[in-house]
Amino acid sequence: MTVTITWYLLLAAGLFSIGVAGVLIRRNALVMFMSIELMLNAVNLTFVAVSKELGLIEGQVAALFVMVVAAAEVTIGLAIIVAVFRTRASANVDELAEMKG
Amino acid sequence: MAETIVFIIFAAVALVGAVGMVAASNPVYSAMGLLATMFAVAVMYVALDAHFIAAVQVIIYAGAVMTLFLFVIMLIGVDTSDAYGTQVPAQRISTAVVAVGFFASLALAGRAAWITGSSTFGTPNLNGTVEAVADELFGTWTIIFLSTVMLLTIAALGTIALAYYREAPAEEVAE
Amino acid sequence: MTDLLWLVIALPLAGAVINILFGKRIGEPIAGWLGFGLVAVSWLIAVPGTVAFMGGEAHAETVYLFSWIPIVGADFAILWDPLSSVMTMVVTGVGALIHLYSIGYMHGDERYPRFFAFLNLFIASMMILVLAANYAVMFIGWELVGLSSYLLISFWFTKPSAAAAGKKAFIVNRIGDWGFLVALMIIFASFGTFDFHAIFAAAPTAITVGTATAITLLLFVGATGKSAQIPLYIWLPDAMEGPTPVSALIHAATMVTAGVFMIARSAVLFEMAPVSGAVVAVVGTLTALVAALIAIAQTDIKKVLAYSTISQLGYMVLAVGVGAYTAGVFHLATHAFFKALLFLGAGSVIHAMANEQEMTKMGGLRKKMPITFITMGAAWLAISGVFPLSGFWSKDEILAATFDKGGAFLVLWVIGLLVALLTAFYMTRLFVMTFLGEPRWDDGVHPHESPYTMTIPLMVLGVFTVTAGLVNTPARLAFEHFLHPSFETIQHEMHLSDGMILALAVLALSIAIAGIAWGWRSYNVEELPAEDGPFWERALAAFGVDDFYGKVIVAPGKAASDWSAETMDPKVIDGAAHGIGHGVTAFGALLARFQGGQVRGYAGGLAVAGVLLIVVFLAVGGGF
Repeated sequence: MTVTITWYLLLAAGLFSIGVAGVLIRRNALVMFMSIELMLNAVNLTFVAVSKELGLIEGQVAALFVMVVAAAEVTIGLAIIVAVFRTRASANVDELAEMKG
Repeated sequence: MAETIVFIIFAAVALVGAVGMVAASNPVYSAMGLLATMFAVAVMYVALDAHFIAAVQVIIYAGAVMTLFLFVIMLIGVDTSDAYGTQVPAQRISTAVVAVGFFASLALAGRAAWITGSSTFGTPNLNGTVEAVADELFGTWTIIFLSTVMLLTIAALGTIALAYYREAPAEEVAE
Repeated sequence: MTDLLWLVIALPLAGAVINILFGKRIGEPIAGWLGFGLVAVSWLIAVPGTVAFMGGEAHAETVYLFSWIPIVGADFAILWDPLSSVMTMVVTGVGALIHLYSIGYMHGDERYPRFFAFLNLFIASMMILVLAANYAVMFIGWELVGLSSYLLISFWFTKPSAAAAGKKAFIVNRIGDWGFLVALMIIFASFGTFDFHAIFAAAPTAITVGTATAITLLLFVGATGKSAQIPLYIWLPDAMEGPTPVSALIHAATMVTAGVFMIARSAVLFEMAPVSGAVVAVVGTLTALVAALIAIAQTDIKKVLAYSTISQLGYMVLAVGVGAYTAGVFHLATHAFFKALLFLGAGSVIHAMANEQEMTKMGGLRKKMPITFITMGAAWLAISGVFPLSGFWSKDEILAATFDKGGAFLVLWVIGLLVALLTAFYMTRLFVMTFLGEPRWDDGVHPHESPYTMTIPLMVLGVFTVTAGLVNTPARLAFEHFLHPSFETIQHEMHLSDGMILALAVLALSIAIAGIAWGWRSYNVEELPAEDGPFWERALAAFGVDDFYGKVIVAPGKAASDWSAETMDPKVIDGAAHGIGHGVTAFGALLARFQGGQVRGYAGGLAVAGVLLIVVFLAVGGGF
């Protein structure tokens, strides 16, 4: 049995769902963030797989852009988490409930 | 044949890493799991003839992003206590439902005709070299490329600003 | 000379502006002399134009000033014909004399320059009204004289009754203006323009008798407001709250005659609608009668004169109602002279009696105020209709024209004679109670003759009162010939023989003398007769018309106002506004419950929404 694109897509879907579960389940801000990175990776995998399927290079270009943006997002996000940690000494997102109502 | 074996092995690695990331109580273990997943995905990229992207994945994601994550984890402190803490059972069930829902709908979406139509899969027709990607990148997508450059610059500046942020000293507030 | 006519409007207007802006700096009495001077110059500018008409060669001219709303034919243009020239002479002439009088009368008032500004504004507005060449500009003048009247009546606005009188005058006038406006709308709908020449040339063929009747009746509604006829006369007695020169100028000589002038100007339209003419004549006669009856019982000298004005206006309205436009305008002019003289004389008396206005506290003033006594005596005889003073000629002509019309109008003629009798009676009563007999003054009152600025106008007006009638005796109808070009298309020949005219004149004269004798006998006695009894009380209260209006019209209006203010505004309108605010706040509170502040809650929401969206896309795209 040859590897078809469906395999890759299913794998990406699985990784994405695990990422979603991670975001919803975990309370540690850093782990939530990592779950988001996992989801981005899943999307990148999809892009590249479809690019191979259709024979177009644009998919890889899109994946490259996603990576760049993800890198920038990680930078800022972690800086925010650190700043929050400085004031609260906790990385527990459940305690960041001040924007209520 | 080789491709199938490679796929199965590294798919397994990716899934194990992902589940490990979500399940581990120690954030450092989570980071390790994610690292494993990223390496596995990089191998997948190679299998998909996206050599340049694979290299970038290892360098940027596994090399820079995860390193940054580990730095911050060490900075903030490894706190293994109540990683799951007070979780209402309903939350776990609803999370499971949502995750399964996502998986199902994405899998269904993957059956679209434009994907399963004429397939060039399996044939090494795609040139995933640096030259090909660069041709596309600096040709059609120049402006977007430059925008991402700006984005990175702004992100760096923002991070520096956040790093220097200090709250107002307490004496001023007391006055 | 007609290209300088715009100055007749512009000079008083400039005077008003100067006195409003710089009045305090100019101060008394220069502000007064400035006002007087500008109006006198206006009179002088109008003289050559008037003289030109006397020879009979000059023709009516339209002097175009500037364009305003060309599309409706409303340009600012002056129509200079004999009718407007007569009115200009009267208004600026009498106006100038009253300005001169006011210099002395208003001496010491702290808003002295303002007074002259308003007087000048009034003269300018009246000139706009009189000289207008189309209905739109005339309406502007109409409204402006109403405004000036309001400003002047409530000049001493710190007195609540004065402020209320000003409001009453303006509001009642406004009701009349409603009629005028509807008439203007019909005129525009029928003719497409407001220009007098165009309308009067096209009228006989362009509109039906019914339309003409509608227009003229509505115009007459406007005239009842301005010229104080039934049912809108109630503002004029209250307007006596204003300073006496104001009463003389506006509410005797000029503004109240605007209604009569307007009817005379629209003579072509009234000729087309005999029904309107009959209505006008009947209303005029009734007004004259009712006002005369009320005047008999009044004890305030200014109130007597006010009701007398209403009564004499009734005569003028009767005249234009029967088609005797010349007679109406003639009486307008003579009335301006002797009524202004009477008011100014009354002002002189009030001034001398330290602001006492009740005739029961006067008496025996003839020795102390000789000039006033003689001039008012001339006016008294004139208004009573004694030969050969002016009032005799003008009133006689009106009665003759009514008699000439015949038919049912003879009833009006008889009532007119009755009113003449009553007029002579109550004017004699006024004169005797004020000047003759023994003094009934309060202690501390030292009457004296007024300064020359006040007596000179009295004397000038006295001369006109005596002589003005002679321009239009039956033997020498100079005035009628003078005005003929204005009423060219309306020929009204009198069908009376010379003998009949003489008989009617003798009849009028004997009635006048009878009235005087009756008054003299009743009031030139030691003790004034007691004026009690049901007739006297009702007449003194002006037959309760004001109360009636108050109950029937004002009270429901006030009730509606109160309901709006207390119920509608706070509950309905405020309630709606607050209700919207509450609704928005409540809805926002409802939505706010989704914002728990929990980050994972938000993430959960996003995830669920994401799944749903994918499902929707699949369903729409047919991916299932």
